[in-house]
Amino acid sequence: MSAAPTPLSAVNRRTVRRRAWGRVMEGLATLAALVAVGVLAIVIISVTKKGLPALNADLFTKVTSTTGIPGESGGIKNAIIGTVIMTLIATAIALPLGVLLAIFSSEFAPPRVALVIRITLNVLAGVPTIVIGVFVFGLLVVGNGYSAYAAGVALSIVQLPVVARSTEEVLLLVPGSLREAGMALGASRARTVVTVILPTAVGGIVTATIVAVARAAGETAPLLFTTGIFANAVVTDPTKPMASIPLVIFQGSESPSPQDQQVAWAAALVLLAGVLIGSSVGRLLSLRSRRRIEQTR
Amino acid sequence: MSETIRPEGTTPMTDQPDDATSVEPPDQPDPPDVAEARPATQLGDLAAGHDDDPTVGHPTVFELENVDVAYSGKVAIRDVNMEIHCNLVTAFIGPSGCGKTTLLRSLNRLNDLIPGAAVSGSVRYRGEDLYGSDVDAVEVRRRIGMVFQRPNPFPKSIYDNVAYGLRLHGMKDNLDERVERALRHAALWDEVKDRLKASGLSLSGGQQQRLCIARALAIEPDVVLMDEPASALDPISTQSIEDLVEQLKAEYSIIIVTHNMQQAARVADVTAFFSVDVAEDGSRSGVLVEQGPTSKLFIRPSDPRTEAYVTGRFG
Repeated sequence: MSAAPTPLSAVNRRTVRRRAWGRVMEGLATLAALVAVGVLAIVIISVTKKGLPALNADLFTKVTSTTGIPGESGGIKNAIIGTVIMTLIATAIALPLGVLLAIFSSEFAPPRVALVIRITLNVLAGVPTIVIGVFVFGLLVVGNGYSAYAAGVALSIVQLPVVARSTEEVLLLVPGSLREAGMALGASRARTVVTVILPTAVGGIVTATIVAVARAAGETAPLLFTTGIFANAVVTDPTKPMASIPLVIFQGSESPSPQDQQVAWAAALVLLAGVLIGSSVGRLLSLRSRRRIEQTR
Repeated sequence: MSETIRPEGTTPMTDQPDDATSVEPPDQPDPPDVAEARPATQLGDLAAGHDDDPTVGHPTVFELENVDVAYSGKVAIRDVNMEIHCNLVTAFIGPSGCGKTTLLRSLNRLNDLIPGAAVSGSVRYRGEDLYGSDVDAVEVRRRIGMVFQRPNPFPKSIYDNVAYGLRLHGMKDNLDERVERALRHAALWDEVKDRLKASGLSLSGGQQQRLCIARALAIEPDVVLMDEPASALDPISTQSIEDLVEQLKAEYSIIIVTHNMQQAARVADVTAFFSVDVAEDGSRSGVLVEQGPTSKLFIRPSDPRTEAYVTGRFG
């Protein structure tokens, strides 16, 4: 302690250095944020610029092209339908499984088991999707051939950790006092989950589902191994391979035909728009449901 | 403080000796006409230490013998021996950590839900062992309702909150009527009758707590456990809850945990004082120090620890 206190306005070497550091760190953080936003902006702008010219009615009403045959082709109708069907199959598997897993881990599992489940899901979320593709290829495609079912299974493995982790997060947000309230009225644990916890957390589960759907719609690697060769026609039989937007982008971009490349850009724009809208709506809903749960605290 | 005490002037319904009350048939719910038997507060009674035993004529609803409650082997409250009588308000008071809430939660087996919680000794509810192997915890909780420290309505409509337990237990006949009755019982009907479809969370804190009381009363419990039901509320809401407790005891047996001694003095017929015992090895556990008519406990406590607590010298 010095005898005389330093005046508050004192400028010495230490304060100068401290302030300079503060400015540098703030600047770096701002820069990082700008880079992130910037990258997204560049992606959106360039995809829009290149895809917009081919974004016409044909894109949605015609099937993918067999290079050289004009007229009936030049669109991605079959790919859109295929992506929708395969994503639906995947979600129909991953949603119930993921929600049940989340319920088990947050409501019933002893803390240690819950921890193991959480770690497992994190690892699963980190498994490269191409590995998932190869796995399903070995499991379902070898001997049976490509099919939308196999693609759905592969995509559901991608979705599962997304659904389970985010659902569990919301379930854990539901305050314990509501569980006690249910059980103090004579409800069993399972009954409390069904009648109190799930209705409270339903917004969060919807969000998790939307995000998972967006994720599956954009996956490419699992499809390469499960529905890699498809007809240039609308297929609705799930035992047959189907076209998908990501693979149309992939193949179109490799094609020597400028028309195919153009369609690929337009397909990329459609996919990007769908995924962006899906995840934005998901995030918004998630904020709303979180606020709703906050109220119960 | 003495002005806040309402001494019991209840005339004994019978002139049985005190201990005879506990051997009455367990299924005798006939409440004495409490409202009639309750004279206005007379300060003179207090000064004279007027403490007719309020439990006379009230059969026991709970009998606890050597009850210990432990969490993962750590004893939270030990060796409790007490009787709780029906159609009276029994208050559990004592400093933090004395195990009063723990004991309360063992009376409707809510501690079952906490991993590692164990109740030993005998807890008898109307003559039956509450922890008997064939006792259904769900049935226990239907008969012994609970209101928590913080209002915890479900994020459902006011109506659905009250109807929750009714639907759960298949009491679906005259659902509207039952919901209305419960809300009237909880003195909430007039405030919410025009917006039964509104969310329970749209109510004020005090209203939410009365909604939780209505929810508990709807399934026609025998006993209502209240864990510091007013501690999260403002004074006016607190008063409405206390008034409610006063009215409800004509039909229900009420056990209320409170930190607030004035509250115990205002609402309770019988008060049990708990304290923390520090063992030689430094481990702390709750103990029941004494239990008796509220007026006696506050005016002439028999244990110096009770006296120190109620006179504010500690706690």
